[in-house]
Amino acid sequence: MQRGRTRVLSLLAVMSIVVSVSACGSSSSSGATASGATVQSYPRAETLYTTGKQWGAPSTWNPLDSGNMAMGVFGLQYEPLYMYDPLKDVYTPWLATGDLAAGWDSAKTTYTIHVRQGVKWSDGSALTANDVAFTIQVAKNPVLSSNLWSTGGVTDATATDASTVVVKFTNPAYQEWAQWLYNSPIVPKAVFEAKNNADILKFTNANGVGTGPYMYKTAAADRMVWVKNDNWWAKAALKLDVKPKYIVDIVNSSNQVALGGLLQGGVDLSNNYFPGVKSIVDGGYGVTTYYNGAPYMLAGNTATLIPNTAKKPLDDPAFRKALATAINTDDIVNKVYGGIVTAANPTGLLPYFSKYIDKTQVSSLGFSFDTAKAKSMLAAAGYVAGSDGMVTNKDGSPIKLTLEVPDGWSDWMQAENSIAASAKLAGINIDPQHPDFNTVVADRNRTDATSAAKFDLQINNDVQVGNTPWTWYDYVFREPLPFGTSENRNYEGYKNDAGWALVQKLDKTPVEDTATMTSIISQLQTMQLTDTPVIPLWYNGVWAQMNNSVWTGWPSDKGNNVLPATWNGYWNMGAVLMLTQITPVPPAK
Amino acid sequence: MRRYFGRKLFTYILTFFIAATIDWLIPRFMPGNPVAGLMARQGGLSPEGAAALAQYYNNLFGLDRPMIDQFVGFWVSLGHGDLGRSVYAHGRPVTEVIMGAVPYTLALLIPAILLSWWAGNSFGALAARRKWLDNTILPLGYILTATPYMWLGLMLAYILGFSLRIFPLSGGYGFNLEPTLSWRFFTDLLAHWMMPFLSLFMVMFGGWAIGMRNMIIYELDSDYSRYLEALGARQGLIRSYAFRNAMLPQITGLALQLGVMIAGSLVTEIVFSYPGLGSLLFNAIKSEDYFLLQGIFLFIIIGTLMANFIVDLVYMVVDPRTRIGMRGGTA
Repeated sequence: MQRGRTRVLSLLAVMSIVVSVSACGSSSSSGATASGATVQSYPRAETLYTTGKQWGAPSTWNPLDSGNMAMGVFGLQYEPLYMYDPLKDVYTPWLATGDLAAGWDSAKTTYTIHVRQGVKWSDGSALTANDVAFTIQVAKNPVLSSNLWSTGGVTDATATDASTVVVKFTNPAYQEWAQWLYNSPIVPKAVFEAKNNADILKFTNANGVGTGPYMYKTAAADRMVWVKNDNWWAKAALKLDVKPKYIVDIVNSSNQVALGGLLQGGVDLSNNYFPGVKSIVDGGYGVTTYYNGAPYMLAGNTATLIPNTAKKPLDDPAFRKALATAINTDDIVNKVYGGIVTAANPTGLLPYFSKYIDKTQVSSLGFSFDTAKAKSMLAAAGYVAGSDGMVTNKDGSPIKLTLEVPDGWSDWMQAENSIAASAKLAGINIDPQHPDFNTVVADRNRTDATSAAKFDLQINNDVQVGNTPWTWYDYVFREPLPFGTSENRNYEGYKNDAGWALVQKLDKTPVEDTATMTSIISQLQTMQLTDTPVIPLWYNGVWAQMNNSVWTGWPSDKGNNVLPATWNGYWNMGAVLMLTQITPVPPAK
Repeated sequence: MRRYFGRKLFTYILTFFIAATIDWLIPRFMPGNPVAGLMARQGGLSPEGAAALAQYYNNLFGLDRPMIDQFVGFWVSLGHGDLGRSVYAHGRPVTEVIMGAVPYTLALLIPAILLSWWAGNSFGALAARRKWLDNTILPLGYILTATPYMWLGLMLAYILGFSLRIFPLSGGYGFNLEPTLSWRFFTDLLAHWMMPFLSLFMVMFGGWAIGMRNMIIYELDSDYSRYLEALGARQGLIRSYAFRNAMLPQITGLALQLGVMIAGSLVTEIVFSYPGLGSLLFNAIKSEDYFLLQGIFLFIIIGTLMANFIVDLVYMVVDPRTRIGMRGGTA
């Protein structure tokens, strides 16, 4: 009997060991590498570890899947025709040659692209005008959700010879075309032509063929690994050389894990949001930021309070202006963010666009925090305070506005408490809430063109830094009101037909015609500051913390002025130059 | 025998149907719309074109069909081994996404469950015999079994990972390595596996040890033990009978505990960012990924049912009464 028991138990033990070993074995084969079968480990001195972009497993390397592609697909592997640098407001020829504005003919309806010669795809074939023309053609595919061939104005794109593409327009949207030139990855026709159908987004394109400085190495649920492309064209053409041989982007599980990695030197560049950046920078960890002191970070987007203008009392511009006046933004900047952000200009335009801001207009029509003034504005507009000190609607019904931010966005969750507290002092009752992200979206989206959305107030920062202030005005003024699952503009439901006409006019102004742009923007500003359809609060930063123990020479205001971000859309705004500027730290003797 | 298995099989199929239906239904009660969430995360899409993309996604995930169609479609594709496409993984097949995570979860769960059961029972039986062991193992067992997996995981991470730096804090294998059949990779994999394994093993161990110790003491006090003792039988013989009787509830307990253990391992994986089903489940909930949630739970349901079935078989082998009962049934 004793023997039988031992047998059963030893069987169990053996089984468990066999299963665990076989499971380990299969896990190693499941993450198989796509390129190179040799035993692989990345030497620390040649490897750049980044984090902050991927919040889920890398799942597609299709550069046309702009919203979902893995970190670096556009920028490291695929490249645009031009590079745009917001810090200098300059377009640099990249896969194209020649000045961006010089591409237009005198009538400004035909645009000629001169494709750079000598650029090779990573499979050795040459980049030609056919690839560029195809990349413009493929934008017709409806699932790629491009408006290039509709409101963008493109009517034809033809490769006239090996290095020239002629693009014909009617009523061209110049601002969006300039955006397309730096914000669209050029794809190889040979690979993508066969995929250009309704299922183009199902093509994951792992280990694809690109022109950029890096090639796909491997990917797993928790990482994305790039290896240097030694045949990168810019080495000879632009005398540029990227320094890290490998880039390992670590998928984020939480900001805390990323912070641990950064402080221990396991992560070189972290684009995560960390509270208490001052203590990290001053803490002797060898961590630096773009600015050595406040605000530490460059501005990346405008965190904006969105009022639902379809609901009382938020439909009243006077109430919205009073609400804007009641919010103590400095409190958010200093107490919530510890000074790593700056208060937004009331126009909402990012600091890079300050040349378009009409400062006298802002001082006469804009808002700034003043509780007493907010109270008197409310009283003047007919909102009377009840016995509890909170103002009521004009019909005497109580006002209680919910304010939503997504759960887990810790900085915004603190910020909404601060907003509620300072609004309360002026007599506006705000109830801060933080449902999960998808609920915030569901409350925000209108179900159809005429019905009101569910939310009262939300914070949103959809408009990212870019080449044109048009994106901001499109975001605020867009008509007809977008609705449904795909709603992504004018959440507040602001209707201003004259304003929307001006926004379209701005879109159809050439990027080099800054005089016309300034005059249109000035008119839009007047409308926006008068009606206060949205309330810009602060500039969310391009969060970037760099550890200097393995790599140094990071972007900063002292030199190497580029955006230090691995996020989508930043590599092609100059961030790829960061990889050519950093240098390895010699090992300590 | 055939009737016994027939009855069992029927119960399992019924359980599977009900569980899978609930599994299909529950995620759809979540507020919000997965496609709207996916679209909102993308940003930068032109409003003119975004509607076409939304339609594409709705069609890809089958969300544009009536609920009843979706439910029937779920069973039909399940028959083909197709679990749909994952919202979290931007349209990749769910089976592909799950299969990448399953080896990690199995490698953690199976050794933890079997080894803790074996070790717990052995130590529990031993403790019932030795006063000093009883005084040490028992309180320790109580503490361990009352510890949440996650909390023990955090403690281990702090002590073994952060302070002593014996084991790596998180991940499945080092970020500087690629999976290869090499000694270096294997040891690295093992080092990353150790802490999540230990936190599961230790908590489970405590429960089994206490259960066994109590059962043995109860059995040694029962009539048959006393009778054997009065007959002058050896202590070893009495104990071996007591052990065999005490073993039965422990096997039933294993079947009952499986679900709890799997749930525990999911939480533990999240603590250590271990790339198994737990971490995947966490992400699936965040992106309201009905299909991935369904797939993961389906995996858990099937796993639990299979384990229960194995326990049933084992029970038949170790408990003569089941065998006799079956013979009686067929006769």
